[in-house]
Amino acid sequence: MSIDRRKLLKTGAAIAAVSVLPTPFVRRASAQAAGMTFTPEEGASLRLLRWVPFVAGEEAAWNANTQAFTEATGVQVRIDQESWEDVRPKAAVAANVGSGPDMVMSWFDDPFQYPDKLVDVTDLCTMLGEKNGGWYDGLRGYGEQDGKFISTPLCAIGNAICYRDSHVKAAGFDTFPTTTDEFLKLCQALKEKGTPAGFPFGKAVGDGNNFAHWLLWSHGGQTVNEAGEVAINTPETAAAIEYAKQLYASFIPGTESWLDINNNRAFLAGDVSLTANGVSLYYSAMKDDATKELAADIRTAILPIGPIGQSVELHQASTISIFQHCKFPNAAKAYLEWMYQADHMNAWIEGASAYCCPALKDFSKNPVWTSNPIHEPYSKASGSLRPNGYAGPLGPASAGTMADYVLVDMFAEAVTGQRSTEDAIRNAERRIGRYYR
Amino acid sequence: MPPVPEKRASFWRRFTESRNGLGFLFMLPAAVFLLCFLTYPLGLGVWLGFTDARIGREGVWIGLENYIWLMDDPVFWLSVFNTLFYTTIASVLKFGLGLWLALLLNRHLPFKNLFRAIILLPWVVPTVLSALAFWWIFDSQFSIISWVLIKWGIISQPINFLGDPWTARWSVIAANVWRGIPFVAISLLAGLQTIPQSLNEAAAIDGATPWQRFTKVTLPLLTPIIAVVMTFSVLFTFTDFQLIYVLTRGGPVNATHLMATLSFQRAIPGGQLGEGAAIAVAMIPFLLAAILFSFFGLQRRKWQQGAD
Repeated sequence: MSIDRRKLLKTGAAIAAVSVLPTPFVRRASAQAAGMTFTPEEGASLRLLRWVPFVAGEEAAWNANTQAFTEATGVQVRIDQESWEDVRPKAAVAANVGSGPDMVMSWFDDPFQYPDKLVDVTDLCTMLGEKNGGWYDGLRGYGEQDGKFISTPLCAIGNAICYRDSHVKAAGFDTFPTTTDEFLKLCQALKEKGTPAGFPFGKAVGDGNNFAHWLLWSHGGQTVNEAGEVAINTPETAAAIEYAKQLYASFIPGTESWLDINNNRAFLAGDVSLTANGVSLYYSAMKDDATKELAADIRTAILPIGPIGQSVELHQASTISIFQHCKFPNAAKAYLEWMYQADHMNAWIEGASAYCCPALKDFSKNPVWTSNPIHEPYSKASGSLRPNGYAGPLGPASAGTMADYVLVDMFAEAVTGQRSTEDAIRNAERRIGRYYR
Repeated sequence: MPPVPEKRASFWRRFTESRNGLGFLFMLPAAVFLLCFLTYPLGLGVWLGFTDARIGREGVWIGLENYIWLMDDPVFWLSVFNTLFYTTIASVLKFGLGLWLALLLNRHLPFKNLFRAIILLPWVVPTVLSALAFWWIFDSQFSIISWVLIKWGIISQPINFLGDPWTARWSVIAANVWRGIPFVAISLLAGLQTIPQSLNEAAAIDGATPWQRFTKVTLPLLTPIIAVVMTFSVLFTFTDFQLIYVLTRGGPVNATHLMATLSFQRAIPGGQLGEGAAIAVAMIPFLLAAILFSFFGLQRRKWQQGAD
């Protein structure tokens, strides 16, 4: 009862505050409207469902931008957070039931699970692309279907190799290898020195999938072809598995049980000298006095280039979609336009301290990418990003294949010797075929 | 007009005053509760298993397609094997160790009540918390067990607890047994205390050895409790989810995937609700078999009473 009353009082106070200051609001709104393409509907309010932030500065910047948007336009934006694994089911239900949040900030292929329930944002995205140097192709792929934008690409969460400079030098490598062959040699040399590398072969949602997709793609493998027909059973896949086997032999023992946090833990404890992770690994090393020294020894690099001759990675990709049940689609578009305005987007990217790699090319000029050499490889994420389920279309099939760890399992089965390379591929072929039936 | 409400009133009165009518009314809340929160979700789950429903999208009836696919899916069969292995071994261990503990606690020990309270701790701690503790104990780099053994010079390399399929299976079973023993022990202890001391004394006077007294007096009288306790224990173990999800997520390479965790992985993160439901429904025959076995196998009165 008392809570209700308190809530009531609070709302009352808020209403009072708003009614006291009507003039500046209106004036500011009209001032802002000059630079904006989209004008919010009268009396609009929005609800955004987003993943729980990983970086405090990112959340602060996003909320500050939102606050400024509310002050400029009078549109209230409520932001709900869900842990990142829960965003998918919640958003899918909201899309299909037709109520709940107006917008969702989600991962990977989510917009392609319910494309007909989303507001077409081609006008907004075309305008944003023209203004800001164009979209990166990979991230564009997460927003565009049949030439129409169904979702606004937001960012890639960059993945890069983090290594101990002194250990790599001690292993006889003055510069970090850029090809998969040299990289294997480095890992083998590291193992000989007793400072091995480690990448997860276990059910690590983020790190495990990043690693498995890089293994496959860098060797020219693909799960399905452009038509969505299973195309995993190729010599390229077999080559990727053979390469993985050699890498696995050079890793610290136990990587097949690693979940997302294990590589961070092993790296920070000094047990592993090389792994791949988001920039968060460097920052957690910096934060703790015990690992400050280790942090000074950290260097980062992009994952090596394989036989296909170009840098390709999965990374984590996020987009923002507007549901058709949103009563104020123009307000939602205006909100996104606001968030993507140079000042606001740059503030957000800086707040995320190299964690979020922008989807629009001009924002890669943000000083955050050059402020610290550690950040530099992460700035390449949007460029090397390749959409999940390559080369097929995005949708429930590609999402299901990743969530069921089909690729991770394929590599793990083969490297641990549970199945022969051929059997592991055949098993993956069956499972992929099930999702793409 | 006036007679009609009178008639109604009298029907209502007759209804509420009759034994059956009143009984029906009193049972109504419970029945509604069971229908809404038990029968409906169960029925919905079974229905979903026959559809190709995805999260947020209604499915269409596809008959046995999900089951036909699962029949042919090695990951599913691996999870069936894992579940049966996990349940059997963990239940036997929990029963053996739990009974032993109950027998010990049934003696006159100093600080008896304190011990009994401490025994319950693993059961009281939330599963996720104890699973997190085990996650550290079984960590491939930081395991305390490996660390101690290395310090003692017994092994030179950390044990790969959750990395090797068989050590991973035994590791998760160990964690489950640790957690499940208190339930079995305390319940059996309660059963032991209902057995009159005079029966044991009479048997002792007749010259029965302690082993004979245990097998001929204690065990038969304890059987009904054992049946109930072990039914629950088997059901809890069979449907275990949290422990596996925190420790391994079913890895390495699905070696510890239980049917419950596989069902979740496919249904919620994977979005294939229909297939996930089918896996969950496939658990029902096993669970029914466990229940029927305990009720018809262990609770036969003849066996308990020796004759008739």
